[in-house]
Amino acid sequence: RDATRGQTHPCPPAEERLPRVATLGKGDPMGTARGRGAGPPGGTRAGMAAPLVLVVLAAVTVRAALYRSSLAVFIAERVEVASPLNAWKRVVEGLALLDLGVSPYSGAIFHETPLIIYLFHFLIEYAELVFMITDVLTAVALYLAIQDFNKVVFKKQKLLIELDKYAPDVAELIQTPMEMHYIPLKVALFYLLNPYTVMSCVAKSTCAINNSVIAFFILATIKGSAFLSAVFLALATYQSLYPLTLFAPALLYLLQRQFIPIKLKSKSFWLYTMQYASLYLCSLVVIICLSFFLLNSWDFIPSVYGFILSVPDLTPNIGLFWYFFAEMFEHFSLFFVCVFQINVFFYTIPLAIKLKEHPMFFMFVQLAIISIFKSYPTLGDVALYMAFLPVWSHLYRFLRNIFILSCVLIFCSFLFPVLWHLWIYAGSANSNFYYAITLTFNIGQILLISDYFYAFLRREYYLTHGLHLTRQDGTEAMLVLK
Amino acid sequence: MGLLSDPQCRRALARLVLRLNTPLCVLSYLSGITWFLLLPPLAPRTYLSENAMGSTMVGEGSDLGPRALALAREFGGHKRKAGGMPVQWLEQTMFQLGLEVHRQPFARTLPFPDEAHERYLVRGTNVFGVLRAPRSASTEALLLLVPCSEGSKNNQAVGLLLALASYCRGQIYWAKDLIFLVTEHDLVGTQAWLEAYHDVNLTDISSGGLPGRAGAIQAALALELSTDVVTSVDVAVEGLNGQLPNLDLLNLFHSFCQKNGLLCTFQGKLPPPEGPSGPGYTQSLRTLGLMVLGQAGGGPGGAHGLFLRFRIEALTLRGINSFRQHKFDLGALGRTLEGMFRKLNNLLERLHQSYFLYLLPSLSRFVSIGSYAPVLALLLLTPRGFLYLVPPVLVSGAAGTALYLLPVRGQAVATQHFPVGEAEAVVLTLIGIYVAGMALPHSTHRALSGGGQRGWMSLKLVALLALALLLTCLALLNFSLGFLLGVTLVPPAAAVRPGGNRLPLAVLLVLTTPGVTLFLAVLVERELLEAPAGLGEAWQRYLGALGQGLLQEHLHGAHLSPLLALGAYPCWLLLWNVLFWK
Repeated sequence: RDATRGQTHPCPPAEERLPRVATLGKGDPMGTARGRGAGPPGGTRAGMAAPLVLVVLAAVTVRAALYRSSLAVFIAERVEVASPLNAWKRVVEGLALLDLGVSPYSGAIFHETPLIIYLFHFLIEYAELVFMITDVLTAVALYLAIQDFNKVVFKKQKLLIELDKYAPDVAELIQTPMEMHYIPLKVALFYLLNPYTVMSCVAKSTCAINNSVIAFFILATIKGSAFLSAVFLALATYQSLYPLTLFAPALLYLLQRQFIPIKLKSKSFWLYTMQYASLYLCSLVVIICLSFFLLNSWDFIPSVYGFILSVPDLTPNIGLFWYFFAEMFEHFSLFFVCVFQINVFFYTIPLAIKLKEHPMFFMFVQLAIISIFKSYPTLGDVALYMAFLPVWSHLYRFLRNIFILSCVLIFCSFLFPVLWHLWIYAGSANSNFYYAITLTFNIGQILLISDYFYAFLRREYYLTHGLHLTRQDGTEAMLVLK
Repeated sequence: MGLLSDPQCRRALARLVLRLNTPLCVLSYLSGITWFLLLPPLAPRTYLSENAMGSTMVGEGSDLGPRALALAREFGGHKRKAGGMPVQWLEQTMFQLGLEVHRQPFARTLPFPDEAHERYLVRGTNVFGVLRAPRSASTEALLLLVPCSEGSKNNQAVGLLLALASYCRGQIYWAKDLIFLVTEHDLVGTQAWLEAYHDVNLTDISSGGLPGRAGAIQAALALELSTDVVTSVDVAVEGLNGQLPNLDLLNLFHSFCQKNGLLCTFQGKLPPPEGPSGPGYTQSLRTLGLMVLGQAGGGPGGAHGLFLRFRIEALTLRGINSFRQHKFDLGALGRTLEGMFRKLNNLLERLHQSYFLYLLPSLSRFVSIGSYAPVLALLLLTPRGFLYLVPPVLVSGAAGTALYLLPVRGQAVATQHFPVGEAEAVVLTLIGIYVAGMALPHSTHRALSGGGQRGWMSLKLVALLALALLLTCLALLNFSLGFLLGVTLVPPAAAVRPGGNRLPLAVLLVLTTPGVTLFLAVLVERELLEAPAGLGEAWQRYLGALGQGLLQEHLHGAHLSPLLALGAYPCWLLLWNVLFWK
């Protein structure tokens, strides 16, 4: 049995190093590894494939049942899942215009990219199937990516233990293969059975396709393929612009994988960066030119990217833009649009400096920031970063407000339709009520992300400085974020 | 970040909350109830906030009394002859008055026979006449509705409607279309007309389309009147699912009643005497209690209740003839209606200035949302429990779903096998499933192996969270229902725990289950109406209320029964499970 595992995972067996690790403490993290045959996390492909298939089957059943139910129409109309960018109604409108031989962008309705409209031009009959397959592909891509990522984390952890980089009493903080074994499955489960994803899929929001592209980009990055990573990043950027900021974490990850030191003076660093950037830019140019040749016009540039950046459509959604700009005097709006948009891109630089050793965590935080601060966010975007939460389950003991924050998010999810009903149908509330709940939802998300960020930093600090910190006077110290 | 990230501060806060948990719970619950009881004396006077209706003067010139009575007699005669609504005669009369007349046939098969109204297959025709506004295009409209009922009920109302139509036809100042509508089969007809007017199909009514329309309806008045003279006018505000019309419409009615010297009542109660006094307070509290019960029930309080869902502000006026000395003829009521329509005619935009969320201890005083919301907020503060359990949650959810779906579906099977009528079968199935749900803990705890202390705590936590979520949403949608459920469900929810002496807790829980709460509500309502009912009568009324509740969901889309079946009942079952945790 060991022999087959050795074949599946061509990394050095852990047995020979076990005695050294065992000296770390009574927790003996590798003991469990030994019990399971000492392979790195992930297990055998065959062993894990069955539950994944089960999850996929359950997810497809739920979606198919919902497509057939009367809820589908209700969900498709919800502003929380269908933004002006990705609502299915608008795609249908674009297709109708295309069929009539008119540019789909000639109306003010359609804002998807030309590639999407040509995709559905051929697949409109199978739209439901396409969305289900897209979701499944996203989940499988995330599953494979996290499986690979876990191996890397495991190897890195072992290396650091061997190099004595960790403090002696941190055995309980170290991730064991037992814990890591089910993480990829949990990620797939979190994505496929998350009510947000299900609703997004049932509403046929094209957000699912964006998520899929981003998932494949993450998979390509983790597998170390710079070319595919650049191509998928270009596709994601082409689709919704904001994934541009994922360039930094992907580059950091690839550099780390190639063992290139991240130093501004190093020549190889600049060489690799230029290489990756040019790959990215070339693919972006190719995709945009392809779109141009498909429609034979540049209409889509203002209609898609201009629409994303200048935020002319103030239909309520779960984001922060609509109310703010609906209330504002016209002549200030340009300035504040710039401020709001810079806000999305702004966090990349400080995060890149702080998290340069942990590009995947950086990627997660960046995805969350995009989904909170982008101009037309939907629940589908939220679902994508929430799928990564199981990857950081080892941070659980450092999270402070996870209970309160999850309650806040659940309550807000239920209050969205209630307040919408009061505002739009009953007429007894107004937009302030709905915006209040949007604001609470976003504050909940921001606090959740900062909680995870803080927990991550604390864990890293404890790993190097030891779990039991003492002050100068000998009493127990506590880490406080100021 | 201070409070959330500073560990010392958090720990201190958590310790404080944990130590003071019980006193805090009791304190906030009691202050919530006290606040509610203090609402009537603290309520401010109502006032008209809409400028377009407040500052302009209208003089009513109509004297419709004799004309209305003559038309009512003629209508009554034709109605007897036709054995139902005299559609032909109504069309002819309206046409002669100079209205644009249309008819709308409709048909509806009820999910199960309605015993209260003795109907199953409903087939009828609505007739309406449109008076086109001479001063503007047909973009907006006002509506006067009279439900044409069986027997000689509402004949006078139809007479007054026709007389008013003929008077209004002669005036030149109308800027909004006036629609005069006579519906058959009460609420079913009204629902059919509203759906056809707005070209939607919410319930399964099959109806002929509307050949003619006026503009967007801004306000509607429903009139119920069965006597030649009235002593007072009662006004109903509660709409479907606890929606209320804009307070300005009610204020408008109240001000015209005062101007014309009409005596008006609310919830069948006379206005309480001014100034602080014991009887005045009791009277206000009774009125407030009746309004809370009526709103919590979620059924429409009159034909107007269905309009609110279409965002049309509406009221029902009922002419009452009691043993009072001073009586008014139909002319006084006609002048009130004319005055209200003339003021509504002046509206420049939808009624939006005044309150939509309010409670009324009397017609002249109101409690706005700002004053009553803290009551529920204080109640909700109570269940702060401590800090995973799929099977009981799923089972409770499934029980709720069964409770929601089965009664209506299973009626055919039940009538075949048991000697009961279809309507009875529905109600009995409902009660049967409800009671069967209470046996669940005995079957579920076998599926749950252990968990111990932590197990029941987390189950209670889930139950409390679900309850808090339910009450928060309800507080926004229908305050009265949220309040009643909060008052009853919160104390047992906070107190429930397994072990020890289970009997008092079990009794408390059974008393507060939504089904028993409904029964108690029936008793309390009779008490507030100063007509207490015996247990037997209350039981009959309770069964009737269950059947009507189900029927209203299917007929008009009332949310009460699905809400109780899918929300409150599973939540309560979870608490029941906690109590019998081993």
